[in-house]
Amino acid sequence: MKEPITITELEVWKVLEQIPDPEIPVISITELGVVRDVKIEGSAIAIKITPTYSGCPATNVFEQDIKTEMEKLGFEQVNISFQYSPAWTTDWLSEEAREKLRDFGIAPPEGTTKDKKFLLGEDPTVKCPQCKSTNTVMTSQFGSTACKSLYKCQDCLEPFDYFKCI
Amino acid sequence: MTAQEILFQYCLRMGDTHNVLAHRMGEWCTNGHILEEDIAMTNIALDHIGTSRAWLIYGGDVEGKGRTEDDLAFHRDERSYFNMLITELPNGNFADTIARNFMFDAFALLYYSELANSSDETLAGIAQKAIKEAKYHLKHSSNWMVRLGDGTEESHQKMQIAINEVWRFTGNMFEMDDIDQNLADAGIGVDCEKLKDAWMSTIVNTLKDATLTIPENNYMLTGSKKGVHTEALGHMLAEMQSLARAYPDAKW
Ligand SMILES: [Zn+2]
Repeated sequence: MKEPITITELEVWKVLEQIPDPEIPVISITELGVVRDVKIEGSAIAIKITPTYSGCPATNVFEQDIKTEMEKLGFEQVNISFQYSPAWTTDWLSEEAREKLRDFGIAPPEGTTKDKKFLLGEDPTVKCPQCKSTNTVMTSQFGSTACKSLYKCQDCLEPFDYFKCI
Repeated sequence: MTAQEILFQYCLRMGDTHNVLAHRMGEWCTNGHILEEDIAMTNIALDHIGTSRAWLIYGGDVEGKGRTEDDLAFHRDERSYFNMLITELPNGNFADTIARNFMFDAFALLYYSELANSSDETLAGIAQKAIKEAKYHLKHSSNWMVRLGDGTEESHQKMQIAINEVWRFTGNMFEMDDIDQNLADAGIGVDCEKLKDAWMSTIVNTLKDATLTIPENNYMLTGSKKGVHTEALGHMLAEMQSLARAYPDAKW
């Protein structure tokens, strides 16, 4: 007979914290805030995830990664479902995650979606992750992935990605 | 029609609308005039695919016959597609694409802002997500409207022609039939007729900035809600669905 699963939900969260975002591997999927809920029922586990952008191809990758990790833990049934509400927001990125993005060369989202500037639809002042200059310009609203815009620093001349505030 | 059939039909309309527009945007892949634009357009395509999936997955659930989003996307013919006509218009030149997208994006932002209050939790959730993306899409298309309209003589002219061409497809976005009315009355769907004034003011303001004129012709085409389309859709679907139909079990 199979051993009953003795893993707690807290331990599952610990494992999820180790799964990197497929496109920005310096932050984990929990730091990104896409895992919304974990529920263990016997040998089955139900995990709710929310996509960052509705068509983000990374979603399928981490869906698969979660499945693999959960099977390793011994779960016989892994149900992953999508939760669209509340919609994912960069407000959920921790200060720590923002710091990691910066170190990786990606400018983290400026402020939150509750800031006046954001609500008025104004373009944010984005700090260059290399030299910290605010003398930067957007070169393209859409970057290498849906979550980023392309910027250029006018001081150190480095192009860089900006993680959009949504 | 039962309440379930009505909701299913509604999901198909919006799912198809986003799917068809996604495919059109995908056709720009490797054809953008600059790399950034190529990336922008494929990013927008992905957003629309994502939104389409959400609608079609829910539609499949509502229908309750076990059809997946892929079954619905790839195994229905032209006459069973209910996307808004404007989304199927061929890409044409870049101005044509921008004009088409701008008209739709302005609609989508208003539409989803309303749908976010839907009493149907899933639809409200889809809307919350879509609003954020629609804002970016509208910003992209309206920036180009102004840049090209208020650009060179040639870009201005092309932009104006594009606006004139797309105009007769815009009325279809606001049409309300029994299905729409039923869901709007129930607090589930959106009364699109009520969006028209706000939409028009977005159009008027942007066109003014772009030094472009609103077409005077108010003859509007219809048909999408009954599966009647322009000749462009059949060609598009033939290409889009060919792989899934030739290899029904294909996986990637
Ligand atoms: Zn710099």
